[in-house]
Amino acid sequence: MSALLRLEGINSFYGPVQVHFDLNLAVEAGQIVCLLGGNASGKSTTMKTVLGLQRPGSGRVWFDGAEITGLPTPQVIRRGIGSVPEARRLFPAMTVRENLLMGAYARSDRAAIAADEERVLGLFPRLRERLGQRAGTMSGGEQQMLAMARALMGRPKLICMDEPTMGLSPLFVDRVLELIQAINREGVTVFMVEQNASLALGIAHYGYVLQTGRIALQGPAGELLRDPRIRDAYLGGTARDGGDAG
Amino acid sequence: MSGAWFDYTVNGFVIGNIYALLAVGLALIYGVANLVNFAHGSVYVVGAYTGWAAITYLDTPLPVTLLCVIAVSALVGVGIERIGLRPLHGSSRIAPLLATIGIALVLDQVLQLLFTPDPRAVPMQVPEWRVAIGGGTIGALDLLIAGIGMISAVVLYSFLRFTKLGWAVRATAQDSDAAQQMGVDVNRVNMAVFAIASALSGVSGVLVGMYYNQISTAMSFEATLKGIVALIIGGLGNVPGAIAGSLILGLTESYGIALFGTSYRNLFAFVLLIAMLVWRPNGLFAARRSLPPEPMTGTFIARSRPVAVPRWAVAAMIAVAALLPLLDQPYLLQIGANSLMYAMLALSLTLVAGTVGQVSLGHAALLAIGGYASGLLAMDAGWPVALAIPAAGLVTAALGTLLVFPAFRLTGHYVSIATLGIGEIVALVILNWTGLTRGAIGLGGIPPLEVFGIDLGSVEGTYWLCLAVLVLLALLQLRLLRSHLGRTWRAIRDDPVAARSYGVSGDRYKALAFGFGGFAAGISGAITAHAYSYINHETFGASISILALTMVILGGLGNVLGAVLGATLLIALPEAFRFLAEYRILIYGIVLLLLIRFRPQGLMGTV
Repeated sequence: MSALLRLEGINSFYGPVQVHFDLNLAVEAGQIVCLLGGNASGKSTTMKTVLGLQRPGSGRVWFDGAEITGLPTPQVIRRGIGSVPEARRLFPAMTVRENLLMGAYARSDRAAIAADEERVLGLFPRLRERLGQRAGTMSGGEQQMLAMARALMGRPKLICMDEPTMGLSPLFVDRVLELIQAINREGVTVFMVEQNASLALGIAHYGYVLQTGRIALQGPAGELLRDPRIRDAYLGGTARDGGDAG
Repeated sequence: MSGAWFDYTVNGFVIGNIYALLAVGLALIYGVANLVNFAHGSVYVVGAYTGWAAITYLDTPLPVTLLCVIAVSALVGVGIERIGLRPLHGSSRIAPLLATIGIALVLDQVLQLLFTPDPRAVPMQVPEWRVAIGGGTIGALDLLIAGIGMISAVVLYSFLRFTKLGWAVRATAQDSDAAQQMGVDVNRVNMAVFAIASALSGVSGVLVGMYYNQISTAMSFEATLKGIVALIIGGLGNVPGAIAGSLILGLTESYGIALFGTSYRNLFAFVLLIAMLVWRPNGLFAARRSLPPEPMTGTFIARSRPVAVPRWAVAAMIAVAALLPLLDQPYLLQIGANSLMYAMLALSLTLVAGTVGQVSLGHAALLAIGGYASGLLAMDAGWPVALAIPAAGLVTAALGTLLVFPAFRLTGHYVSIATLGIGEIVALVILNWTGLTRGAIGLGGIPPLEVFGIDLGSVEGTYWLCLAVLVLLALLQLRLLRSHLGRTWRAIRDDPVAARSYGVSGDRYKALAFGFGGFAAGISGAITAHAYSYINHETFGASISILALTMVILGGLGNVLGAVLGATLLIALPEAFRFLAEYRILIYGIVLLLLIRFRPQGLMGTV
C-alpha cells in the first residue's frame, strides 16, 4: 500500500548549509506519525518542505498519489494538507470565528463549512465560548486548540503539526495530545514534529528520529519507546553526550 | 471672523479627505507587503491626468470620469506590484521601497513627456453653487469630496470585514506565512491591494485637480509625502488610523495657513512627521509604544566581494583626471567638475547609507546647508572663500548630525522617511527664514572660488580644486573605513543588537558617520554655491537626494571608489548622449530599477 505522504531522497539547503541529507520518510494514511529530533536537526525544515514553504535542492515530495515538490504553499493546502504551524501563528487581531473560517479559506462549499464549524466546535467546546473574542487575547493552550481547529476547518486528509505542545502548561499538553488522538480517530492522518519524544511516541503509531539531517532511527512508536538509544538520547536515561533535547 | 474659521475648517476637512484617499491605500499596502510605496503619488498624478484626458477628449460625465480614473490607476497599481514588489521577494526590506522610488521616477517622467510639465486645468464637473452656513460657505465640490471620502471608507470597511478576499487581506497583513498555510495566494492579495490602493489614489488626484482647478506632473512627490505623513500619524499599516491621521494633517495645515501663511503649510506637515517619528513612531493609536519587533530592519547591503583595484591603477586614474584640463575642452571640464561635486556627495551618502546602513533620502539638504553656510559667511560676514568652505563643512557636519539625531533610534524604512522629512524641513526653513537666507529670492552674487588670492573661478580652477578636495576626502574616508571606527560602523549596520551587547553605543557612532558625511556633503554644497554664484531653496532638492542614492547603489554601497564611479557615470553619460537629455530622469529611474533587481551589489561591490 502506498503512503499518504512520502519524501524521497530530499537534500535541502539553508543558504550554503545543507540541512537534509538524502531524507526518506513516509506517513501511512490513518496514522499518527511523529518526527523527533533535537534543535537544528532539520525537523522544521522537513515541515516547510512538505508545505511548500521551502523548495528542496533535490528529491521529491509525494502526497495522495501525486507529486507536490515545488508547488506553491496555497496549492499544497488545496490538495488536502492542513497546517498547525510552529508557535501557532494565529491571526491575532481577528476573532476566533474569523480564524476558524480562514481555515476554510481554500473551500467554497458554504453549507459544508457551516457543518464543519459545528463539528469542530463540538471537538473544542472551549472555543465556542470565545467565538467573538480576538484570537491574540487567549491563553497559549486555547490558542493551540484554535490553531488545530483552524487546520481542521480545511477538511484536510493530512494535518502537519509543528511542535504542538511547545510552551504549554502540563495540563494543556495532555489535553492537546488527547485532541490529536481525537482528530486522528475521525480519520485525519497526523504528521507531527516534536522535541518531547516520550509524549509524542505515547500517542503516535510510528516514529522517525532525525539527527543532523539524517534519519537515525525509525520504527513503530512502541518499539522506539523501548529502544535504549532513544531512551538515552531523549528520555533522560543514562546520560550521554549529545542528547540535546533532555 | 468666525466665518473665516469655519471656512478653514471646511477646507482642512476636504484636504484631509483627499489625504485620506491617499493614506488608506498606503496603509493597506504597508499592511500586506511591509512596503512604504513611494510611487503612490505618481499614481495620484496618473489619476489626475486620466480624469483630465477623459473629460477633455471624451467629454465624459462625472461618474464615467471617475470610472476611467479608477480603471487606469488600478492597472498602474497592478503594474507596480508586478515590477516593484513581486520579483524582489526574498531581498531585503528596503529593496522594494527603493524600487518604488525608481518606478516613481519613471512614471513621473513618462507623464511629463506625454502631457508636458505645464499645469493643466481640470474642467469643473460639479455645479458651482455654495451654501452659506454659520458665516462660512460650503460648496458642491466640498460635499462631493467629503462624500467620496466617506463612501470609500464604508466600502473599504465592508470589503475587509465581509468579503473573502477582504479576510485574506487582513490575514496576510497579520501573518502572511500563516495566511499562505490557509491556502491564501499572497501574490493575488498583494495585487488586489495595489489595485484598490491605486484606484483610491487616482480618485484623490482627480479630485485635487478639481479642487485647485489645476494639475501638473510636479505634484506627485508632494502627494507621496503627504500620504506618508498621514500614514505615520495614524501608525504604519493602520487603516482607520490613516483616515484619522489624514484629517488631523488636513486640519493642521489649514489652521497653520490661517495663522502663519501659505508658505508654512508643508513645514507644519513635516514637523508633525518628525515629531511623530520621534515620540510616537507607532502612530497616535498604537497601544504599544515600542517600535514593532524587527520587520523593517535589514539594510540594502547585498553581500559581495568588492572589486579589488590595485593602488597603482587608482593613482593612474587620479593622474589622468588631473591632466584632463590639458585637453583644453572647457565643456568636458565643466561636466568633470560637476561629476566631482556629486562624487563628494556620493562619498558622504555611501558612508551613511552603505557603511552604517542608514538609507538617507534627504541627503541633498546637507548640500543646501553647506552652500548657504559658505555663501553667507563669504557675503555677509566677509570671510575669505578659502575659509568659508571648510567652515561650511564643519557647520554642515554639526547641523546635519544635530538634525538627524532625533532619528537615530529609528531603523529601516523609518530612517528613510525621517531623513526625507528632515530634508524637506531644511528646504522649507531656508524658504521661510527670509531674514537670514533671503527666502525665495535666493542667494545671488556669491563670490567665486579663490584660495588666498589665487582665482579658481575658471573652469580649470574649479575642476582642479574639486579634484584635490575629492581625493583628500576619499583618502580620509578609506583610512577611516580601515580603522577600528570603520569596523564598528559595519558592526552596527550588520547587527545593531549584537553591537550594543558588546558595549558599542550605536548613537555615538552614527553621529560620527553623519558628522563626517555631513562635512563632505557640506564642502560639496559650498563649492557648488561658489561655482554657481547663485543658489536658492530649490537648488538642492529631493531629486538630488534620489540621484545621489542611485549613484551610490550603482557604485556599490559603502564602496568609496564605487561612489566616485557612480557619480561620474550618472552625470557624464547623459551629457555624452545629449539627445537623451529629455529622458534623463527616466534613465535614472530605469537604472535604479535594474540595479535593485539584477545587481544590488552595484558595479564595484559592497563593502
